[in-house]
Amino acid sequence: MASTVKRRDDHDRRDFNLVGLAALAWVLGFANLQTIADFLTYRLLGLSAESHLGQSVNFFLYDVPKILMLLAAMIFMITLLRTFITPEQTRRWLGGRREGVGNLLAALLGVVTPFCSCSAVPLFIGFVESGVPLGVTFSFLVTAPMVNEIALVMLFGMFGWKIAGLYMLSGLTIAIVSGVVIGRLGMEREVEDFVYQVNVNRRMQNPEERLSWHDRFSQALDSTRDIVGKVWPYVLVGIAVGAGIHGFVPDQFLAETLGRDTIWAVPAAVVLGVPLYSNAAGIIPVVSVLMDKGVALGTVLAFMMSVVALSLPEMIILRRVLKPRLIGLYIGIVALGIIATGYLFNLMHF
Amino acid sequence: MLHIKVLGSGCPNCKRLEAEVRAALDGGAVAYDLVKVTDYADIAAYGVMSTPALVIEEQVVSSGRIPKRDQIVAWVRQYEGNAL
Repeated sequence: MASTVKRRDDHDRRDFNLVGLAALAWVLGFANLQTIADFLTYRLLGLSAESHLGQSVNFFLYDVPKILMLLAAMIFMITLLRTFITPEQTRRWLGGRREGVGNLLAALLGVVTPFCSCSAVPLFIGFVESGVPLGVTFSFLVTAPMVNEIALVMLFGMFGWKIAGLYMLSGLTIAIVSGVVIGRLGMEREVEDFVYQVNVNRRMQNPEERLSWHDRFSQALDSTRDIVGKVWPYVLVGIAVGAGIHGFVPDQFLAETLGRDTIWAVPAAVVLGVPLYSNAAGIIPVVSVLMDKGVALGTVLAFMMSVVALSLPEMIILRRVLKPRLIGLYIGIVALGIIATGYLFNLMHF
Repeated sequence: MLHIKVLGSGCPNCKRLEAEVRAALDGGAVAYDLVKVTDYADIAAYGVMSTPALVIEEQVVSSGRIPKRDQIVAWVRQYEGNAL
């Protein structure tokens, strides 16, 4: 036994060293991204810094590695954190919580708990079955897809920390308010009956595995590879399209029609976003182009929130556990929250 | 015969988990049968909150991730004694 423990410690120590080295390499690379992009564009390719093409290529060669490096680092840290915060752990924290505190906690946990829309139903059943109040469960269901590490990193990388922070705050607010409203309306009967009849056999559950740091690092590395492997094409295409359009469509081209004075633009953006189903990585580059061309910030954020938080496929999955009235209510409340956020941002000046 | 179940509604990761289990065990000495559980009520009855989940001899061994092949083999060895 002693030898296995020792081997485990050795593994852990080696992993910490490796992660430290990788972090150092990351910082060095990240600090020199502009220098590298300049060297590639102006020296190696010999493009002129004054030309449209030169600027576009330089922008592309700087932005793509920047966003990808930010994504990789952030996803690694979040997925490492996630080896501590499983849905089961989340449920334990939320059980028996009251309205308010419970909704706030649920919304915050929605940001960091692993969530994939294909797991939405088992997660919903698991919450409700163990006594997490319905309203609190909904606060979780709203933030989980809307405010996540990919959305935040992309917003941070392309718009800066202010907009990323505002997005997170408004996402959390919408989730808390929607959850409180749904909780107050007493919709328990609008949940499919089988949810309450599920009989969980606790004996089938294994005591949770005790993970070593080596296990945690290797899980985090796997997820990072997996997620970055999935989103990098979106980032690449999005930034390429953005860099291309940048030079050809005049700035403020859409300012007249979709600027902050167009009242109908926000609700229209939300309606347009519902049938579109995309992840944050796919939508943010598009959104950044729209903003460059003069679409108001509130309208753009409303569009993005609608695309990621109100997706038709997810509603169809949730229909398995929610009766139509509750689905309708859910969509309605979240849509209103997004529209209100959109107007708020359009009224404020950034 | 070892009874293995993959819980999940048919998402891409559930298929990957099934493939991993088969890759880990096929050609090995352990006889097993693999059942896919896709009904939400049945999945929930195992207390699983994130899919895909792996169940060996009615014990949930992992959920929400795709374990490595050597890990799957280790679990199978562990439960082999229970299976008759």
